[in-house]
Amino acid sequence: MITFEHIRKQFPDGTVAVDDLDLQLPTGQITVFVGPSGCGKTTSLRMINRMVEPTSGRILVDGEDVLAQDPAVLRRGIGYVIQHAGLFPHRTVVDNVATVPHLLGRNRKERRRAAVELLERVGLPATFADRYPSQLSGGQQQRVGVARALAADPPVMLMDEPFSAVDPVVREQLQQEFLRLQSELGKTIALVTHDIDEAVKLGDTIAVFRAGGHLAQVGTPQELLEHPADDFVREFVGRDRGFRGLSFESAAALPVRPLSEAGPARLVLDDSGRPVCWEGAGVRGGSAPVGGTFTQHDSLRLVTDLALSSPVGTAVRVDGAGRADGLVPHHDLVDHLATRRAPA
Amino acid sequence: MSDYLANNSDVVLAALRQHLGLAFLPLLIGVVLALPIGYLGVRFGWLYHPLLNASGIVYSIPSLALFVTLPYVLGTQILSPVNIVVALSLYTLALMARTVADGLRSVDASLTEAATAMGYRRTRRLLEVELPLALPVVLAGVRVAAVSNISLVSVGALIGIGGLGALFTRGFQLDYTAPLLVGIVLSVLLAAVTDLLIVAVQRAVTPWSRATTRRA
Repeated sequence: MITFEHIRKQFPDGTVAVDDLDLQLPTGQITVFVGPSGCGKTTSLRMINRMVEPTSGRILVDGEDVLAQDPAVLRRGIGYVIQHAGLFPHRTVVDNVATVPHLLGRNRKERRRAAVELLERVGLPATFADRYPSQLSGGQQQRVGVARALAADPPVMLMDEPFSAVDPVVREQLQQEFLRLQSELGKTIALVTHDIDEAVKLGDTIAVFRAGGHLAQVGTPQELLEHPADDFVREFVGRDRGFRGLSFESAAALPVRPLSEAGPARLVLDDSGRPVCWEGAGVRGGSAPVGGTFTQHDSLRLVTDLALSSPVGTAVRVDGAGRADGLVPHHDLVDHLATRRAPA
Repeated sequence: MSDYLANNSDVVLAALRQHLGLAFLPLLIGVVLALPIGYLGVRFGWLYHPLLNASGIVYSIPSLALFVTLPYVLGTQILSPVNIVVALSLYTLALMARTVADGLRSVDASLTEAATAMGYRRTRRLLEVELPLALPVVLAGVRVAAVSNISLVSVGALIGIGGLGALFTRGFQLDYTAPLLVGIVLSVLLAAVTDLLIVAVQRAVTPWSRATTRRA
């Protein structure tokens, strides 16, 4: 658990970056600090490992006041991931990963073994071990950055915009793998982002900061999207928060039609029953790819997106083996969305 | 020319040996002094510009003027090799203090910050992160300083101690081209070989700076 108690940070020029912050980051969970630039989210993060010293107040990590500890020793016990990874260009990948074990005086062979193991854990082949960072793509560097933060197995990790310097496809991939990794490791994580979508996707808890270093709201992603505390949060979480809120609703209860009720168009299946394409009247060019499918474990957000982007306005459901087992035309989806909150 | 070499090999070798000593001892002294001074110019930002100015002024003093002035300052004999060593050390220091400072300043601030956040303390960070990253710039400066020293030693011949430069003055005085040619060829060779050696060292100690093209 990380606890902020009445934390205030005033810079020498008089700017108040953080004002009377009280916040608790639960053990084993991801807490996301989100807000517009200049809201004090990064300053707050950096006070946890004393890269920034608070003007007043206390920060406790697992009950211990960070200000009472030797900064260098404290930092070796807290993983740190930054934007652009910040790898040391003069060190090989494996030596980068082993930075903190090296500082802790662990022996070379042991360091290397653990570092190679970690590389595989973050999805990089062991053959990357002896390359230099400049030989890696941005996404690969960021994976190394995560491995480096994990190398000494710290209970706490700080991540400052860790995925914002890579392209959207790679970002999505890194976020997925980060969540998988976290489900195995259960670290206490503070993550800063300016991207509310990333916050919703990654956060167990989201702390929304507003300019001047005040907390606007703290809550789960669903609470934030469904019950924003005020206009600032409402505006910050954005216009399409209703649509994003669908991420939290399962498609399990969504009624589907049999494949025979596809309307004028026809869903073409392969021999094992997997959807191949749409054909027939109403399909431009006579035939169009399906584009994507969902299972009953997916979210309503995905189904809505599929229905909207489908060439015939219909989302295709598949079973665990990928065989088509139902259709959701967009008008059915709209009916379902309209009635889903109605009392039974 | 081969006759001259055969008959005077001991003279030529002695000149070469003196040339090497007069060029490399100051290089070593200058670089060793430049490391802490250059670092101070970065650590205390207000020192950086005075450092630049001082090094510019020292570097602009003509070498012959410095060679003949130093005996008065140091109380040495006018023919003492110490004058040459001190003068060239000063030039090396002037060039290298600035280069070391620029090299350290060229290190991306986000990297030193990352190092700090990993738990590096200042001294170890300097030795393990900042200095290695400054090496390409520093070694480029060493190349310039080494070649410049090798050519400046010859000027010392005008005041009687000049390594291979002594062959120039002798050839000139005797109106005899062989020693002149030997002196010129050996100076150029010495400079070229030194430069190649430093480049080899640079490649050996900064393998990472070339590892940019191969992508996964």
